[in-house]
Order: sequence, then C-alpha cells, then structure tokens
Amino acid sequence: MSEVVKSRPGAERDQGREIVKAYRTMLAARVLEEKLAALYRGGKIKGGVFLGRGQEALSVAVGQNLRPGDIFAPLIRDQAGRMAFGDTILDTLRTYLGSSLGSMRGRDGNIHRGRPREGYYAMISHLGAMIPVVTGGLLARRLQGQSGVVGATCIGDGGTSTGAFHEGLNAAAVEKLPLVVVVANNQYAYSTPNSRQFACADLLDKAIGYGVTGHKVDGTSLADCLRVIGVAITAARAGGGPQLIVGDLLRLVGHGEHDDASYVDPTLRRKPVGQDCIELAGAYIIQQGWASAEQLANWREELETEVDATAGRVMREPEPDPADEDWSALSTRELEDHFA
Amino acid sequence: MSITYLEAIREAQAKALADDPRVFIYGQDVGTFGGAFKATKNLAKEFPGRVIDSPISEDAIVGMAIGAAIEGARPIVEMQFADFSTVGFNQIVNQAATLYYRTGVSCPIVVRLPSGGTAGSGPFHSQSMEAIYAHYPGLVVLTPATVEDAYSMLLEAIAIEDPVIFCEHKFLYYHLKAESLPAEAQPIGKARIARPGRDLTIVTYGAMVHESLAAAEEIAADGFEIEVVDLRSIKPLDTDTVLASVARTGRLLCVGEAWPWGGVCAEVIARVTAEGFGLLDAPPMRLNAKDTPVPYHPALWGTHRPTASAVAASARQLLEI
Repeated sequence: MSEVVKSRPGAERDQGREIVKAYRTMLAARVLEEKLAALYRGGKIKGGVFLGRGQEALSVAVGQNLRPGDIFAPLIRDQAGRMAFGDTILDTLRTYLGSSLGSMRGRDGNIHRGRPREGYYAMISHLGAMIPVVTGGLLARRLQGQSGVVGATCIGDGGTSTGAFHEGLNAAAVEKLPLVVVVANNQYAYSTPNSRQFACADLLDKAIGYGVTGHKVDGTSLADCLRVIGVAITAARAGGGPQLIVGDLLRLVGHGEHDDASYVDPTLRRKPVGQDCIELAGAYIIQQGWASAEQLANWREELETEVDATAGRVMREPEPDPADEDWSALSTRELEDHFA
Repeated sequence: MSITYLEAIREAQAKALADDPRVFIYGQDVGTFGGAFKATKNLAKEFPGRVIDSPISEDAIVGMAIGAAIEGARPIVEMQFADFSTVGFNQIVNQAATLYYRTGVSCPIVVRLPSGGTAGSGPFHSQSMEAIYAHYPGLVVLTPATVEDAYSMLLEAIAIEDPVIFCEHKFLYYHLKAESLPAEAQPIGKARIARPGRDLTIVTYGAMVHESLAAAEEIAADGFEIEVVDLRSIKPLDTDTVLASVARTGRLLCVGEAWPWGGVCAEVIARVTAEGFGLLDAPPMRLNAKDTPVPYHPALWGTHRPTASAVAASARQLLEI
C-alpha cells in the first residue's frame, strides 16, 4: 500500500475512494446475505442459501477492477463481486425467491444467475466448468478483433482439483488469453480441509505448471485484494496472458445455511487467516480518516432498510405460473420433440 | 465427379466458413494436420486463424465453444471420436443444453461426433452416443445416413440457434459416395422413406440404414416388400412419418447400432405402441448391438453389431408372426 501512496500526489485520496467504494459494496453484500439467511430460516427461500461471509474483500476486488465490456463468471461466494460488476439487491432477491420477474424467471435459483449477453455469465454447479466457458468467450472476442478485454472467474480451493479447472486454465494458457482466475482458498471444500484436497505446498505452485503468472494475496485485507487483483487484471488486459490469483482466507459460515461448519478447526478463527475482512476494512477506513464509525453504522442502517424494503416488494411479486411456461428447452421451437 | 460422405462434411464446413464470418472450428489436430480423419483438410490454410488446434481437453473444447457462442460466434467442435465426448459430457449436457432454458440466451454450437463402429476399432473408438445426448432436453441430435444429408444437415446444424450433436458415421466416411452435393434438402426433423414397401417397416438411422436396405433387398427375393425409414434426426424424432409407415405395413422392426437399453429403438417402439397400437399386426421388435462393450476383433464385432443378414433374419421372424 505504501508504495501506492508515495507514487503521486492525490494517490492516497484515490485509494481511499476505491477502498470506501469497495467497502460499501462488501457491506451491501453482507447485509443482503444476512437477509437471505433470515429468509431461509423463515422458510421463505426454497433450496439452498450459500453465503460469502469472510470472502467479500477478495470477491469485491474482482468485480471492482473489471470494466463494462469485460466478462465475469462468479461462483457461489461472490455476492460482493457480483454487485461490484453490476448485479443488484433486487435481482438477487428475485432469483432467491423465485420471482418470475428475476433474470432466471424461477427456472434457476440462488447463485445460479447471470445475464450472459452482458458478460455476466451464469454459473452451473459443476466446479471448474466456467473456466473453459470464459476462455471461449475471450477466444471469440479475439476472433472478432476485440482487444483489451478481460475475462475473470472465481473458484475455491476444492474447485482447483477438478478436471475442468486444469483443462480450462491450460487451454487459456496455450492461447495466451486474458483470463484471470481468482482462487479463494477458504481452507475447506464443504467439509474437506486443504490437507485432503491437494498435496502442493501452496495452490500458487500450480501457476508455474500452467505457464501462467501467479499472484498471492491476503484475502482478509481489502487494500491488498484491490491492489493485487488490479495488477493481475491490468497485466491480462495488456496481453500478459492468464493470471492465477490465490487469496488465503477463511469461510466464516457453513457451506450453505443448512451446514453448521462444526468441522472447522476452531484455532483457525484465532489466526490472521480467520479474521473478518469487513471488520478489518471498516477499522482501516476509520483509522485512515476516510469515514467515521458513525458513518459506517449509517451505511449499514441504510442498506438494511433498502434490503428489507426490496425483500418485501419481491415477496409480493408473482411466482412463475406453470400454465404460462412454454416448457421448451430449445430456442428453435420447430425443432422441439413432441411426446404424447 | 463423385464425393464421399467424409468429403461432404469437409465441404459443408468449408462453405460455412466461407459464408459466415462467425464460424470457426476448434478441436484436436483439426488445424494444419486436417483432422484425424481429414474432415478439416486444408481448411486451416484456406481460413487462417479460424481452424484452431486444441489441447487434448474435451471439457475445455466444448466449454470454450459455449463461451464463444455466448459472445456471438458459431463454433464447430470436432471430437476426435464420439467416445471421447464423455470427457466433455458435462459441458454438453449441463452447460450447453441448459443455457437457453435458464438464461434465455441460445447456444449455437455444433459438436461433431465421429460415431459408430469400424472393423478393429474396439471398445473406445466405436461408440454410438446419440441416445445419451437425446435423453437431455435442450439438444438437437442428428444422424445423417447419406452423403447428401451429411452435407446439408451439417450446414443446417451450423445455422440452428441451439446446440446440435452431429453424429456422423465413420463406417460411411469413405465408401459412401454421391455424384454431387445437394442443392436442396429435406429439413431437419423430417424422416425419409429410404425404400418404400408394404409388408414391414424398418425404422433405423446412420450406418444401419444401409444394412437395412441390403436386408430389404435380400428379402425382396422372397416376395416381401420392406419399407425402410431413415430417421435422419433422432431428436426431434419424426413420429408422424414412422406411424404413417406402420399404418401401411402393420409391422415394425427398429434397428440401431447402439446398445439396447433405453435407446432410440426403445423410444420409437414406445411411441408406436402408445400412439399407434391399433396399427400393429404383430408385436414390435428391435435389433440392437449386443449389451457388451464393442469388441475389437472383426469376427466378434461383426456379430456384436446388427448386419444385413442379422436384420434380414429378424425381419423374416417378424414377417412370420
């Protein structure tokens, strides 16, 4: 951070602005996810609720460093990154509550949402699968003569063990495409600890094997996340090929809200990796004098009001009506098969 | 001039590349080498930068095609053998096939599957995957049996806005020839009466069309007229043409090179018994490959898959009922 401050006059103010902006997005994600958890416990949300608590700093840094026109394929714990890339409280609630007005129209739910035509790809549940898809999106952009476009996607420590992760990152490296893969090493894949997931000393060791640039980041530090991911995205945009970022942090919730995470080693919470990135970022903002504790509390209160009002509105919206569905999986209606 | 089934596939891709700047080809060895079967021979030279060699990564090949399609491209991907598409299966059935339904964004990719058995190819270079893919909503599954269809259906597949699984049959690659490429073609979704008849209907597709036609010819010597229906498209399946044929003949034999359980033959029989039970003068019959992996030795392989003589034997049995 200090080298940024010293680099030019006004840099500190710019950095403060960036950090405060990111913090407010993280806070929006945190407040929204608290509401999602409450709605789940109240039986209002069907299916699962998967939260990104503890991962907001790493996630927001991806979304905030991307530009309109870039491609972003977030994963399950990326509420903050999604919102930084343009997703809204409204569409998140609509998707979780299955509103017919949401982008997925009740056909898919929770974190499986996106608007692919706007570069915001909708994940499938199969881990690693979005890496080749973003890579292909970037290949098409190159074939269309576009340059300066970046495609970013997020994954966890467990997802790095999949074949799709390997195939996608390797293919992107062969094509030298501007792919940025952000690994949130949150110590557990559902209940499986790192020790049962991989045998390399650090997930960053994988970068050299693929011939891509690796970056390590403290996933609990918002300033570090913004800076390191900013460097990686700039390098990809400038033609430096794929970038692999590994952020160490701790998932501060269960895999989903159904999971009490009783398997998590309690000593991790007391280590630096177990710190809450939002608490750290808030304290840093106050310490730097960019905002007061009272302002932070006001932002939270405003967000809670907005989230509550939006949830109330969405719960009054129409559910999808099976009678209105065309029940077609093909856009070419004349090629539908018919079953008596 | 004569043109083979394989050359027709190459020519269709050349035409698509020439006509539509959105089209590109991605797959193993498809570039300068021209593909394992030469289905992309010289295309990398004729269309620089648009016929791209991939790593041995079927998941990434299909996944990248999907991403490219989202961004407005029309990718054609070649699986070196249909059998290897199992490695890309997840991207095909969970990503490509669900994209439109979930997001409203269509996924115009073509996955070419060099399919079916040839002598000596063994368990992992011989499979017929069409029923597996047809099982999943959101995919169009094509099984061209003629040079003309190989050409025109591939061109139509590339134009379709939805993901197409193009099951081209390796057994037909070299020996099946036509005088010229077709100027017009039947649309996808319509079956074809490959041989008219009145005593028994054989419903089939792919290389089995030719085994069935040979069987029909053999049985004609006994005075029976066999009608052969070439499905052309597995999904959608042209139930109307099948039912109309069974209405004429009263007898149904389904022939498929794939395994029997839950396959195309099972589906055709289910539809005919459900929708046309009264048309049948005898129980419907199916003839498929044996329920084992595809064997290596030609003597075993020749018994594993239905051949003209096996089809003729089944047809005779059904005619006697």
